[in-house]
Amino acid sequence: MTLERSKAPARLQNAPLYDWDELVQEDRVHRLIYTDPAVFDAEMVNVFGGTWVYLAHESQIPNPNDFITGKLGLRPLIITRDENGQIRALYNRCTHRGTTLCRWDKGNSRSFQCPYHGWNFLNTGKLRGVPWPDGYASKLVQEDKFNLAQVPRVESYRGFIFGTLNMEAPSLPDHLGPIKKPIDEWLDRNPGGKVIVCEANRLKFKGNWKLAYDNSGDGYHVIFSHRSLIQTENRFADEATKKGMSYYQNSPDTLPMYCQYMGNGHHFKDKRPNLEARPGGLWAIESLHPGMEHVQDKLRSRYGARAETMLDLAGSEPVNINVFPNLSLLGNHIQVFQPVAFDETDAIWYGTKIEDVDGTLGEEVLTDINALRMRTQEGFPNFGEVDDVTNFEQIQRGLAAAEDEWIYMNRGYAIPDRIHTLEDGTIKGPATDELFMREYIREWKRLMKAEPDIAIRREV
Amino acid sequence: MNAPARDPSRSSYYVTNDFYLELIADFADWQVDERSVEDCAERDRFRRLIEQEARLLDRLLYEEWLALYTPECAYWVPSTPEGGDPRTEISVMFDDRRRLEDRIYRLRTGYAWSQAPSSRTSRIVSNVEVFKSARDDQRMVRSNFAISEFWDGEIRMLAGWTGHRFRQHGGAWKISAKQVNLLNCDQCIRNPSIVL
Ligand code: FES
Ligand SMILES: [Fe+2]
Repeated sequence: MTLERSKAPARLQNAPLYDWDELVQEDRVHRLIYTDPAVFDAEMVNVFGGTWVYLAHESQIPNPNDFITGKLGLRPLIITRDENGQIRALYNRCTHRGTTLCRWDKGNSRSFQCPYHGWNFLNTGKLRGVPWPDGYASKLVQEDKFNLAQVPRVESYRGFIFGTLNMEAPSLPDHLGPIKKPIDEWLDRNPGGKVIVCEANRLKFKGNWKLAYDNSGDGYHVIFSHRSLIQTENRFADEATKKGMSYYQNSPDTLPMYCQYMGNGHHFKDKRPNLEARPGGLWAIESLHPGMEHVQDKLRSRYGARAETMLDLAGSEPVNINVFPNLSLLGNHIQVFQPVAFDETDAIWYGTKIEDVDGTLGEEVLTDINALRMRTQEGFPNFGEVDDVTNFEQIQRGLAAAEDEWIYMNRGYAIPDRIHTLEDGTIKGPATDELFMREYIREWKRLMKAEPDIAIRREV
Repeated sequence: MNAPARDPSRSSYYVTNDFYLELIADFADWQVDERSVEDCAERDRFRRLIEQEARLLDRLLYEEWLALYTPECAYWVPSTPEGGDPRTEISVMFDDRRRLEDRIYRLRTGYAWSQAPSSRTSRIVSNVEVFKSARDDQRMVRSNFAISEFWDGEIRMLAGWTGHRFRQHGGAWKISAKQVNLLNCDQCIRNPSIVL
């Protein structure tokens, strides 16, 4: 491979040279980090270029020559699996004059022909041929610089494909560090320790992408922002059977759930300790969904106690596993935060289904559980997230007030014995604490100050 | 099981594998000229029902709107242009009777921030075509829609086409399934929190 060092970080000097320590303080941040387009441009290089970013899931390109289109920050990508199985993240940008090569969301192809002048590229990124080559003084297919740019480092962790442009970033496993454990547990609760990505609930909001990441571990907003959801979930419930996230209702900080900062911007909200630790403990608090009673009664009458374990597979796993800057595993969703502009973000909630890896479920149970799993997953984006994104948009509007400069993330700050640093360096605190925000924004500041060694790669 | 336990407003027993299979079959290959209803009076009867539905939704008259549906109904907004298989694909929305009532319950809690205040909408429905089905007591209806939605100082647009499955129920034509096909169903949609 050839590496081309990029001057993109240096060119950002036109952006205002903020004092990042002034804008990001211990317990508060400045509105400009959400509202200034120049800060956004710098983030797209220093943060989305400077750290590992989630690109796609391997189950979206299972076969040789499969591809999907995606993004790394604002860079359009084609994520390909070549005929030997190797995964690459190609820039979806023709090396001739720059048009996007592929305009489909997904497909299967060995090559991509540019719609503009017909240059043809293999799915390895290599230029295969150009129309009427006599018009060029040299053979373009022999020059590396005409092969597609690609993300120089692409690695998978148990099916999750990440990429980074930063040649100095640590290895992916080192970068993930302690957050690997909840990811492993999230996967291992499913047969064969795997999930298959299916269609998605796709939401767009007119607000900065960090508003979604700020919210991803926020246990403080639940009972207020999601009040309509919790009331709806519990409209038939009695005192003994509180559904969904009702456990947030009475002093959530006294419950065993917790929030944990996992380093490198990642954090984890673990609500599992609130459940009854038994098969069916998860299913017991699942709110009401289409087909629920039918499947539940059928499985219980056929499989007895085993039915509870099966039903738990359809239940929404009560965790928020947040991998900085753009990935969040919550419930059974793989949620991706995709920046569009300083004040526009796409939040894509990919659904996941399970496979009957070892044949223990059988086809009928698998079909029933997956159907139920689809219905449980549709619940939160429809009845909960719509209210959060409304609040994100209204934050963006509130931040238009230039003189009222600060946003506070001070919940739990400077209270003795509230927050504990564990032996592995992770930091643990109560569920409603904003400690994860204070910590991840410190990582954000580190990346904004750093000068990442950014490169692209081309095949030879 | 006693009768109240199977009230589709309270529990969901009818959304079975067979229910899904029938839904998928009914919404495949139905828009064919040979089955098109020519009779103007019959076509007008269904056109009127679809216009009535649009009016009730624009006016937020949800009880009257729900009364247009059979008790065991489906409201389905696929996330793929082809509709797909809702057993293995997450939908933009997939509601049975109870979840449809949940949706309305939520909007009325006073705490549904995405609809506080409620959007003002005006729906245009057009290009209504009626098709016969293998079942005598069933008609499939295709129509196009454009919803202008005013919320928070701006007007947004939702557009696409709808497939209605009408069935005879209690001596009247009722909607037993509605498939709403948004043009941008597989793209990011800004706050889809109204009833479509
Ligand atoms: S821009 Fe692609 S061939 Fe010209
Ligand atoms: Fe939330």
